[in-house]
Amino acid sequence: MDKQILLIEDEPNIIEAISFILKRDGWQVSTHANGETALDAVRRVAPDVLVLDVMLPGRSGYEILQDLRADPETASIPVLMLTARGQKKDRETADRLGATRFMTKPFSNAEVLSALREITGAG
Amino acid sequence: MVGFNLLVVVALAYVVLLFLVAFWGDKQARLGKGGWLRSPVVYTLSLSIYCTAWTFYGAVGYAARSGLEFVTIYLGPTLVMVGWWWILRKLVRIGRAQRITSIADLISSRYGKSTALGVIVTLLAVIGTTPYIALQLQSVVLSFDVFAGHATVDGGQAANPKATAFWIAVGLAAFTVLFGTRNLDANERHHGVVTAIALEAVVKLVALLAVGVFVVWGVGGGPGEIARTIETSDIAVWDMQAGRWVTMIFLSAAAFLTLPRMFQVLVVENVDETQLATASWAFPLYMFAMSLFVIPIAAVGLSTLPAGSNPDLYVLTVPLHFEQGGLAMLTFLGGFSSATSMVIVASIALSTMVSNHIVMPIWLSARSGGAAMSGDVRRLVLIARRFSIMAVLGLGWLYYSLSGGGAALASIGLISFAGVAQVLPAMVGGLYWRGATRVGAAMGLILGFAIWAYALFLPSFGEAGIISSRVLAEGPFGIGWLRPQAFFGITGIDPVVHAIFWSMTANTLAFIIGSILSFPRPVERLQGAQFVNVFEHSARTQGWTQGEVESEDLLVMAQRIMGAREAQELFQEETARQGREGYLPETTPDFLRTLERELSGAVGAATAHAMVSQIVGGASVSVEDLMAVADETQQILEYSNQLEAKSEELTRTMRQLSEANDKLTVLSIQKDAFLSQISHELRTPMTSIRAFSEILKEGELGEGKTREYSGVIQEEAIRLTRLLDDLLDLSVLEAGQVTLNVETGNLGNVIDRAVRAGASGSDGRVIAIRRVKSREDLTIETDTGRLAQVFINLIANARKYCDAAAPELTIDVTDDGDAIEIDFIDNGGGIPPASQSVIFEKFSRLSDQQKAGGAGLGLAICREIMDKLGGSIAYLPGQGGAAFRVTLPR
Repeated sequence: MDKQILLIEDEPNIIEAISFILKRDGWQVSTHANGETALDAVRRVAPDVLVLDVMLPGRSGYEILQDLRADPETASIPVLMLTARGQKKDRETADRLGATRFMTKPFSNAEVLSALREITGAG
Repeated sequence: MVGFNLLVVVALAYVVLLFLVAFWGDKQARLGKGGWLRSPVVYTLSLSIYCTAWTFYGAVGYAARSGLEFVTIYLGPTLVMVGWWWILRKLVRIGRAQRITSIADLISSRYGKSTALGVIVTLLAVIGTTPYIALQLQSVVLSFDVFAGHATVDGGQAANPKATAFWIAVGLAAFTVLFGTRNLDANERHHGVVTAIALEAVVKLVALLAVGVFVVWGVGGGPGEIARTIETSDIAVWDMQAGRWVTMIFLSAAAFLTLPRMFQVLVVENVDETQLATASWAFPLYMFAMSLFVIPIAAVGLSTLPAGSNPDLYVLTVPLHFEQGGLAMLTFLGGFSSATSMVIVASIALSTMVSNHIVMPIWLSARSGGAAMSGDVRRLVLIARRFSIMAVLGLGWLYYSLSGGGAALASIGLISFAGVAQVLPAMVGGLYWRGATRVGAAMGLILGFAIWAYALFLPSFGEAGIISSRVLAEGPFGIGWLRPQAFFGITGIDPVVHAIFWSMTANTLAFIIGSILSFPRPVERLQGAQFVNVFEHSARTQGWTQGEVESEDLLVMAQRIMGAREAQELFQEETARQGREGYLPETTPDFLRTLERELSGAVGAATAHAMVSQIVGGASVSVEDLMAVADETQQILEYSNQLEAKSEELTRTMRQLSEANDKLTVLSIQKDAFLSQISHELRTPMTSIRAFSEILKEGELGEGKTREYSGVIQEEAIRLTRLLDDLLDLSVLEAGQVTLNVETGNLGNVIDRAVRAGASGSDGRVIAIRRVKSREDLTIETDTGRLAQVFINLIANARKYCDAAAPELTIDVTDDGDAIEIDFIDNGGGIPPASQSVIFEKFSRLSDQQKAGGAGLGLAICREIMDKLGGSIAYLPGQGGAAFRVTLPR
């Protein structure tokens, strides 16, 4: 499969967990923990799919998403948004800003994997 | 001898002169030219109505019968006049301030406008004055008789004395009606009458002095000779009875104040308080002149006239005896003046009282409408006055006719004095004692009056009169101690002294006891204060003339009330109507009425009236005026207070609503943020736990990974537990449900405990602690466990967040007496100023998650704890590193 995935998340334990299941599933995983520099990381890595946490130090996931969609180079990258604040308005914000998929923590590992396969068309 | 017909002509001419003078005086006053009417001389002369026919003729008779004692009749008034500063000044001031119209009005007004007291005093005055009027009629009749030759030296009667008396009464009634009820002045002043009386005062003084001079130098052969004549006459042998003298002086002083006619001229007709100062010496001087020749005339009369001739007529009979027709004519006019002036003023005073206190109340209550006043009241009052005058004179004539004119003049005078003197306790008490009440006044008056009537007045009708000789000798129904002239069996006292002593004593005692035992009504209290403290309430009274009216003052006031433009227009219009230029019109009554009406639109009728009268001539405002003003003001105030209260209430409600709304909004935002935070804080460890547990469940992991992931699960579970603990702790603290475990402890020990728990942790980070233990040796009384929790939090924070290469925390204790300050200062980079204000808020974690390992509730909990302990915790800026100060009260 060799699809490139970028995980932008600041909780070390969650990074570890997600990286573990993705690598085991055959993904190329890069991680980034800072909101402020997240856009640079996206451009540098140019991933096939992006996993984006909402609450990040420096800059929120929503802002990063907005910028991504505004930039033609990154506008088409599918984004799976993860948030620990599972309120209705968070989901709405994510949809409006163009998130491909939205998931609330905690999630099941299988759900995350199938969602990622789906949005990357990796079957 | 002067012919009787000539006498009638002269008398009539004199009466016509009086009419003219009165008419002229009235006219002068109406034209505003009566400045001289306000002169103290006229005032003093008007007081001379005290000297009636009784004193004109009777003083000589008195002297012939009782020697020098007649002087007491002058001494009493002299004392009152000399002491004017104490009583008269107050009376006059009150009379002006309260618009008093009579002695009955004074008493009624003082005791809360009591109708009953007005009636009592009026009846007392009528009963006391009627014999006196009869006496005046009698004196005129007798003097006519003397001239007509019908009267002989033995004092026999004229052929038809009643007819003479009747026509005199009719003439006097005509004069009094004409000049006494010409108009209804607000102040009840009668300038015409006063002018005529002043003239009469001069006539009687000149007449008496003329007779005196004639007697001493014409008949008696000079002062030395007269003195010898007096020595040898009976006059010298009369002894002076101290008791009688004191009683007579007291009686005449009391009568001077309480006689209705004296009150009329002293108080009601007074136009300027300062006149009292002049009258205080001028009137005693007048009385001295009146009495100067009394003894010589009496002595000469006794020695030259046949024995048995009436001494009361010596003034007339002595000149006649010596064939001095002209002098006798002058004397006749003097006596006539004395009699008429007294009757005129007395009937004016009495008619005012009768119409105001008896006729008007009856008429008003008879009307169904009650006090609904209309325009015809004025006419009604005038008619009531006129009929009252005729009735008073009719009574006097009736009394004269029935009594037959037999009693000696002097004794009737004294009886009359004693009757009206019963008003004295209520009057003087009312002026100086605020505790005096209506009930006390009524009790004193009625009791004193009853004793006077029983002990003095009724017996005066003689043995064939109302009280029989049996009752006089044995008492009513044989009760000895109730004998009219010997109460309690005490005999041997002069009947007059006896009656005065008992009536005045009983009167005064009843007045005082009644006042003490009864409770005054509010209006009585108010009037009492107004009377007793009159000098504090009212400005010194001044005469009023139209020239003094300050049009400008009125304009100033009107501008304030109506607004400048409207007031100026009103004044300008009026000025133009008067054919003048500018803004200041003459203050005619018409204009004042218009102004009052305009003002009343703004401030109410009573207030407008009070304001205008205050400015116009400085007329003082009556209590009724003030009460009405207070009522109006009260209504306006109440209304505006209600509005204000309503508006305040609305504002308050609005503010409360707005505050509540703000609070709700803030709370709602806080709640959302809090829930969101809680959700995040809970879900984050949950995510790790779920993810790793799923991984572990699938197996296929090496031992190292299994151990590592199990460790993560454990660590996150601990983190969750700690978070829940903190949340619970904070919610308990915030809800105030925490129970403090206060105990005595040592601060150093608490810090030791905190350092042990906080200075090193499972994360391996360690911070060095610097302390000065000697300064920590303080005894504290607080919940040491909670305090330690705060310290631990601060130490752990320093350990976690201090970014120095060699982290170091200084704990410094200061005891300033009022409070203990414990500072925690580390050597790191500190907290940025922008963040210092939020660090105590919930979930305000500044640095990244990993290092903190907490939910960001620590400082929030610390703040709550310090709050509960009565102290505080604050960030201490400017210390280099992060610095917190915990303040603990002593």
